[in-house]
Amino acid sequence: MNLDSKTPAGPLADKWNNHKAKLRLVNPANRRKYHVIVVGSGLAGSAAAASFAEMGYEVSCFCYQDSPRRAHSIAAQGGINAAKNYQNDGDSVRRLFQDTIKGGDYRAREANVYRLAQVSTSIIDQCVAQGVPFAREYGGLLANRSFGGAQVSRTFYARGQTGQQLLIGAYSALSRQIGLGTVKMYTRHEMLDLVLVDGKAKGIVTRDLVTGAVESWSSDVVVVCTGGYGNVFYLSTNAQGCNVTATFRAHRRGAGFANPCYTQIHPTCIPVHGEDQSKLTLMSESLRNDGRVWVPKNKVDCAKPASEVPEEARDYFLERKYPSYGNLAPRDIASRAAKEVCDEGRGVGQLVDGKRLGVYLDFSAAIKRLGEAEVRARYGNLFDMYENITGENAYKQPMRIFPAVHYTMGGLWVDYNLQSNIPGLFVGGEANFSDHGANRLGASALMQGLADGYFVLPYTVTDYLAGEKSGSRPSKDAPEFKAVVKDVNDRVAKLLSINGTKSPRYYHKALGKITWEKCGMARDKAGLEGAIRDLQALREDFWKNVKVVGSGDALAPELERAGRVADFLDFGIMMCLDALTREESCGGHFRTEFQDAGEAKRDDAQYAHAAVWEWTGEGQLPARHVEPLVYEETQLSTRSYK
Amino acid sequence: MVESHAKETTLALKLRVWRQRRGQPGAFEEHALAAVPTSASFLEMMDMLNEQLIKAGKDTFAFDHDCREGICGMCSMTINGMPHGPIPGVTTCQLHMRNFRDGETITVEPWRARAFPVLKDLAVDRSGFDKVIQSGGFITVRTGSAPEANNIPVPKPIADEAMDAAECIGCGACVASCKNGSAMLFVGAKINHLNILPQGQAERDRRTLAMVKTMDEAGFGNCTNYGECQAHCPKSITLDVIAKLNRDYLRARVKEFFSSTGKPSKGGD
Repeated sequence: MNLDSKTPAGPLADKWNNHKAKLRLVNPANRRKYHVIVVGSGLAGSAAAASFAEMGYEVSCFCYQDSPRRAHSIAAQGGINAAKNYQNDGDSVRRLFQDTIKGGDYRAREANVYRLAQVSTSIIDQCVAQGVPFAREYGGLLANRSFGGAQVSRTFYARGQTGQQLLIGAYSALSRQIGLGTVKMYTRHEMLDLVLVDGKAKGIVTRDLVTGAVESWSSDVVVVCTGGYGNVFYLSTNAQGCNVTATFRAHRRGAGFANPCYTQIHPTCIPVHGEDQSKLTLMSESLRNDGRVWVPKNKVDCAKPASEVPEEARDYFLERKYPSYGNLAPRDIASRAAKEVCDEGRGVGQLVDGKRLGVYLDFSAAIKRLGEAEVRARYGNLFDMYENITGENAYKQPMRIFPAVHYTMGGLWVDYNLQSNIPGLFVGGEANFSDHGANRLGASALMQGLADGYFVLPYTVTDYLAGEKSGSRPSKDAPEFKAVVKDVNDRVAKLLSINGTKSPRYYHKALGKITWEKCGMARDKAGLEGAIRDLQALREDFWKNVKVVGSGDALAPELERAGRVADFLDFGIMMCLDALTREESCGGHFRTEFQDAGEAKRDDAQYAHAAVWEWTGEGQLPARHVEPLVYEETQLSTRSYK
Repeated sequence: MVESHAKETTLALKLRVWRQRRGQPGAFEEHALAAVPTSASFLEMMDMLNEQLIKAGKDTFAFDHDCREGICGMCSMTINGMPHGPIPGVTTCQLHMRNFRDGETITVEPWRARAFPVLKDLAVDRSGFDKVIQSGGFITVRTGSAPEANNIPVPKPIADEAMDAAECIGCGACVASCKNGSAMLFVGAKINHLNILPQGQAERDRRTLAMVKTMDEAGFGNCTNYGECQAHCPKSITLDVIAKLNRDYLRARVKEFFSSTGKPSKGGD
């Protein structure tokens, strides 16, 4: 597997500009002769599709939702980072770069992260010009706030809906191009496979979710921006439809999948309420500024209402374990600490599956100190959302929170140009692996999606196209296309024909139970080995006993779910294998065997690399390759929070 | 106050759910569903119904949903005659079963509007909304050629008003709740978001005329001030966006009339 990162030479600060100056161009009159396929319409996909169309390429964009505006980028709440230094607090491109690479626990590619910090400032300009209603100061200039992992205020925000507003901005740019006829938009279409001709990505095969029609599309280049794989855990903060199929199908056709074990767990989510739950809801981390986290000291108190547990019987475990950071301990630390007390049997809330998985986030001290009105002014919308979901009034009784999966740092391996190891297959946004290492800092996912879509892919894809002869793309009647269409049709027919006894959701839940327990917040060798065996057995059972109702020629949500779960089963095995073979702890990957009294213990000598997995065939374990991470200007240090 | 996590219970429900294949007439089907936890969301209740149908070897009900946290705008059910159900300011996915009674009959229908044809069961085609945006719901700006962001000061009250309008999630409850099937709340929200910002001034008239024209062509009805859209909007967008849309439309038409050169119109704007 060729894993040349193609990182340009020269000082870090000059790499991108030097590289851009060398990238080839395509003559404007020739651009319309090239067909670009963009899969996914979130921040990265919409931004890329709109930009390619403005440049003059013929573009087709595909999404599974009923409108490109509904991609899950929309759900991001907090904000977007940019090194504008509007607050005059010493921010700079280099500081944003340093914070991001440190936040990733030194497992990201240095040159990519620097470029991300560099283009961050252009993103804000672009979005403001589009009419994104960012928060303003009374003078009319842009407001900022601070966010975890930074000592400066560099986060731009639009109430609690920054993701929505940025996506609507990118969607409006895309819509303009659709209206002009330069982008053909295919909604309710799901990419089910990638087509390679002579080793290059030359098209995709989709299923029209409304009619069931399986079609192929030929192009000169394929850009995949289909998000992350958090739903391999079944319960996550991802949308229901988020899936790994597009990237995993590309992986099966030869694309390397990098660092699948890097998943981020967010500490402040509303706990699981029952067996039939489908979704976990995130609440802004800002709540930890004024809330105190505790559980009862004694198990006998766990079933009692919080008000009946006296002060001396409460264990404020974050304040006890991390006296200097207290309730503001970083995400991974706070998440693991909550899991530990619940594993000890001291969790609170309803019994779900025989366990109480929740800890209190108590605002009574803040209400006493600040008054209820002030707490309402700061967090009113979050308290309302909490009451709507749980039926509990958090002004009168403590909230209950528990960690949940919400972002995945791993993804398809890409080089500096965001091109995978398959020529002509480019990958943007959460779907690639490049910028966040083992842990993502808050407010940087939106930044990466837009950076890739607006400011990186338009340059690097053009360079690739300049090397492809215009008009050389294959016909959809080529045997390569017909073969892949047949594969997809066979798979759909197989799923519909098994006619077993268990629903796709049954398997998805069973998959999630294994991955969350054995490859969630804490992992160990024996657990991961067991998880791989359990997942292999579950996969075998799935292909014998799944029952998919509905028909292949109409909206068939069960068929959609079955196909996605089937890919998640294969993917889950690879994720556990990646976690098993990375014998260190770093960022969101915590191996209990590798720690210094609860702190992640990195092994830079052995594991300062990206692990890249190669598909080796149906039912086989994938093969591990590495891309060494070379740090030219960064000093690797240990993160400590005590 | 009694702390409530101990008192969650379960409901037995009778459900009347719309069943329809594309292009064919539809009808209600009745199903009984037991042991629905009051802590479940409405869509989780629908998941339970679908799992029960799979066990019985029957087709599930198709419905649109995605983020399940009230922001993507995909979920779209008319519950007991009300788009997004009885609780104001929430989407279907944020409606929870504790708002229903044990033994209750719940009627579940798709969005009902001429411009939103049914695709299957509870899922409808809302591409008319996308067409309206494609015709003018944007500010034209090329990637990479935007001016420095702080060169365009926006007074905070204007930014806040634009943000109020921009909260629209494009779900279509306004259309589904309106006797006329009007999309004026949706279009008004987008017009208000873009037309009041300094960045949006250059295309203000052109945008307004184009969006209204497309709205009419897409089969949406007109506004006759019922106000149902405001009552059912999950993001609490208010009727004044329609008044402002009408104002901007009138302004654009009058300007168009008086700026006439006598030469034949080039069409569109």
